[in-house]
Amino acid sequence: MKRLRVDPIACDGHGLCAELFPERITLDDWGYPILEDGDISGKLERHAKRAVASCPVRALRLESLKTARR
Amino acid sequence: MTAPAVEATRAAPLLLTGIRNRALTLDEHMNTFGELVRHRDLIQAIARAGLRGRGGAAFPTAEKLKAVVGQRMTPTVVVNAVEGEPASSKDRALMRLTPHLVLDGAALAADAVGADRVVVALSESARPERHALAQAIRERRGAFEIATVPARFVAGEETALLQAIEGGPAKPTLKPPYPFERGYLVQNAETLAQVAIVARHGRTTGTALVTLSGAVNRPGVHEIELGGTLADVVHSLGGTSEPVSAFLVAGYFGCWVAARDAATMTLTPDNLGAGVIVALPTRASGIGETARIARYLAGESAGQCGPCVHGLDAIAGALESLARGDRAAASRLTRWTAHVRGRGACRHPDGAARLVESALAVFA
Repeated sequence: MKRLRVDPIACDGHGLCAELFPERITLDDWGYPILEDGDISGKLERHAKRAVASCPVRALRLESLKTARR
Repeated sequence: MTAPAVEATRAAPLLLTGIRNRALTLDEHMNTFGELVRHRDLIQAIARAGLRGRGGAAFPTAEKLKAVVGQRMTPTVVVNAVEGEPASSKDRALMRLTPHLVLDGAALAADAVGADRVVVALSESARPERHALAQAIRERRGAFEIATVPARFVAGEETALLQAIEGGPAKPTLKPPYPFERGYLVQNAETLAQVAIVARHGRTTGTALVTLSGAVNRPGVHEIELGGTLADVVHSLGGTSEPVSAFLVAGYFGCWVAARDAATMTLTPDNLGAGVIVALPTRASGIGETARIARYLAGESAGQCGPCVHGLDAIAGALESLARGDRAAASRLTRWTAHVRGRGACRHPDGAARLVESALAVFA
């Protein structure tokens, strides 16, 4: 079980993540990512990892739900 | 400043028992509330008393203590008397008038969690309170430090307060790590005053401090019995001074309640939040007043998270449009309040969204 998390303090709204992972990430009216809830596995995980790697400020993380709190 | 009429049958005294126009000295405090005795199982007693935080979030106090005990490091207790909420002055009233009750609670909490340090945090604008606190600390045993933080709305948010105490800016930090994971027990001043009551009597006072303002006859800090209706409470505190259309309950992160619903709304720690009650006169515009508060909250954003910075500014602008008669702004507001929820490092955008949504329900 994995899920995406964004650090809203670090995020500058570059928006690359939404382009690379539109299945789960959309942008709000100001260009900041809105992450859809839900487990990320299989093919989705590849896309998620690409989105994480593309973030210029490293604000996006893919984390295991076991260690994630709230 | 008033306390409710004391019934002879009260099982515990009131928080504001014996208050004067200055701080109670340690002797006066002990004569009023009794000696402070160490409690063998304070956390259990707090759980049984059902105490919940009085800083706004109403989190169960015993749970917070337990979480800190479970950590490996020696904890620090932080008394949060910052009270950045402009409509609230009850924590400052406690610090100014009965500081030893708060310090009792802090010392008891420190004992219960094994803390070796207690920091009392005040706003830098709270000068009489700082003076009363320093005097109270000189009168008693135990090491208490005083920390002052900038007079900003978010400075009282737990992680912002901790960052300020650690020498950084008073701005929220990302959670996790939660304060308990960093070895901090952060408790609101009124919550700790209740801890001091629970340790002595095994129960809370059953009361809460409220700050009453707006179109009322007796604005200020009052102590009320929990469980009454909003209408009864306002009436018992002197009533409204002119026709009122709605009440703002809990604070700037709270909810508007239509005056016609005041008779059926029972006040609890959950819906009272930080204890703010503002009466809005019928002649004033509810949307206009909410726009003013939303503009203030937008300006008080720590400026760190995009959705908060841009979202609260947009929401305030849309409310201003709606107040000028642009009905189309209402749908933008509905969209944007949903968009900002849960999207900041702290709950600042969530609180603003809650207030605005309640304004749309009551006034639009």
